Amino acid sequence: MINRFNSAFWICFSIILVLLAIAPFFLPPFWQRFLTEILIWGLLAMSSDILIGYTGMISFGHSAFFGLGMYGAAAALLTVSPPNLWLAVIYGLIGAGAVALFVAYFSTRLRDIYFAITTLIFSQIFYVIIFTWTEVTGGENGLTFSRPRLSIPWLYSAPFTAETLHWFVLAVVTASYLLLRRITQSPFGMVLQSIRENEARTRAIGYPVERYKIVAVMLSGLFAGLAGVLYAIQNRFAAPDFVYFLTSGETVIFNVMGGIGTLVGPIVGAGFFLLLREMFSRFFTEYYLIPVGIIFIAMVIFMPQGLLGFLRRWLNR
Amino acid sequence: MLHDLIASIPFDQIMIQTVNGIVTGMILALVASGLTLIFGIMDVVNFAHGELFMLGAYLGVVVLATTGSFWLALIIATLVVAIIGAALQIVTLRPLLGRDPLTTILATFGISLVLQNYALWQFGPVARKIQEPLTGHFKLFYLEYPYYRLVIAALSAAIIGGFWLFLKYGTYGIWIRATTQDRVMAQAMGIPVPWVHTAAFAIGAGMAAASGVLFGPLVGVNHAMGLDWVLKAFIVVVVGGMGNLGGSIAASIFISLLEAYASIWVSPAQAVIVSFVVLILTLLFRPTGLFVPTPK
Repeated sequence: MINRFNSAFWICFSIILVLLAIAPFFLPPFWQRFLTEILIWGLLAMSSDILIGYTGMISFGHSAFFGLGMYGAAAALLTVSPPNLWLAVIYGLIGAGAVALFVAYFSTRLRDIYFAITTLIFSQIFYVIIFTWTEVTGGENGLTFSRPRLSIPWLYSAPFTAETLHWFVLAVVTASYLLLRRITQSPFGMVLQSIRENEARTRAIGYPVERYKIVAVMLSGLFAGLAGVLYAIQNRFAAPDFVYFLTSGETVIFNVMGGIGTLVGPIVGAGFFLLLREMFSRFFTEYYLIPVGIIFIAMVIFMPQGLLGFLRRWLNR
Repeated sequence: MLHDLIASIPFDQIMIQTVNGIVTGMILALVASGLTLIFGIMDVVNFAHGELFMLGAYLGVVVLATTGSFWLALIIATLVVAIIGAALQIVTLRPLLGRDPLTTILATFGISLVLQNYALWQFGPVARKIQEPLTGHFKLFYLEYPYYRLVIAALSAAIIGGFWLFLKYGTYGIWIRATTQDRVMAQAMGIPVPWVHTAAFAIGAGMAAASGVLFGPLVGVNHAMGLDWVLKAFIVVVVGGMGNLGGSIAASIFISLLEAYASIWVSPAQAVIVSFVVLILTLLFRPTGLFVPTPK
């Protein structure tokens, strides 16, 4: 039974992966870019699913990790010449990881609502710092830089095209997905899920709950930072808007829309949200959040398991 | 050496900032007591609280433009936002009663997005101004200090005081306190708990709106003003201890004073960090709030 489920999963996984990989050949440039963007936001949403879905902690501060990944990449691309892709990734991860360690140390002392508020306030601290420290971060205008070349050390080096950028993002997101999936199925992931189900009992069994939570927040922050690096490379700028609370809020929306605790769900949610945004901004221009917000509230009330959970239940009926 | 140090302290500025800090502290207390009422009674962290504040300020602008009376604007904005709050509670939060409290964060966050963008759509991105109802000044060192600011502080204190008396002695106030203490028992005693929730949400929303109208004349009214206030109110509510009215009032004044003093030396945008630091320190050393003894 388990084997059959497993092989079905891998078949589905391969089909979707192949479809995503060959998509650039069929899609017009606008939708091609759109798809790449969905993957990047999907990675951000997936990283926060580690906390929301698996550990039961809602983070409203993922914009800090995402933003620091962006600014870390910017630092590498602006200070080191010629700009190096892998250095950008490393700097971004260091930036996001440092922030994640700081946030995790303080916020994991709190539970539930207090955790959500604390992460929100931490992300606002970083927003204020980035926004006001104009000499280093460019303040309100942010930083612009050129895109590095796609390079594999000693093997290959070429400028990014729209297609190779898409494949690069796809590769990173797929690798992250597989890694996160493995982590959630590992003993470590099981402990996280038991914290979600019953924290007191997990502690009584003898697991150092706080340490597990800190590692979970850091892990989540690192992947969010990775998404920030990808976004910086795609758009060639870093701006304080992305550290603002709205990005964190959207991350939570992706999760709830797609279905928490599924890893794939948040990516679906990100795609759904961006499609809704695209659709509604045709009619409502910049006020698209009015209808999207109403849909979101309705989904919280009527479809708490998200699109994917809803689909799963509907298939199992 | 010591003489120079004392001479370098700007006493006049400190006095002015003390008054400023108490004035903003009282408004913040009004916002935060609504938030803590809603949290205490139904475990709902109202993310949309700042947007109710903003909506109140905008309604104040509209009513003031049509009637010309500030006090009428204050009353109408409060009542209308209270009704809107009741409607929002019935539509979005009542179905979530009994579910994980975290889902209510999500629902109120959705409400805040809708309200904020509605205000942007309806009123545009340009900040509006509310005329001060009193234009008198008095001399405070080198400043002409407007009387209106003191009136705000006094009015906020009066509203909070009235609210406290209502909770303490009013029949419905006692219903609210009973529901906060034990929802099931209150229901068994014949208190209509769902309606008490709605009423509490409406009162909290009305208080947020009143503070919005009162605060409107000090800075412009715009669609994004809510988030600043809701963040500060969250800090206050955590620092003062969740669901603790006295604690939140003390914490509001404490944090506003600190921010006012900090803005003598750094820009107001950076002064916000001071309150963030207070929050972090509180969480580290007194996680149940600064003004309540930590349970052993």
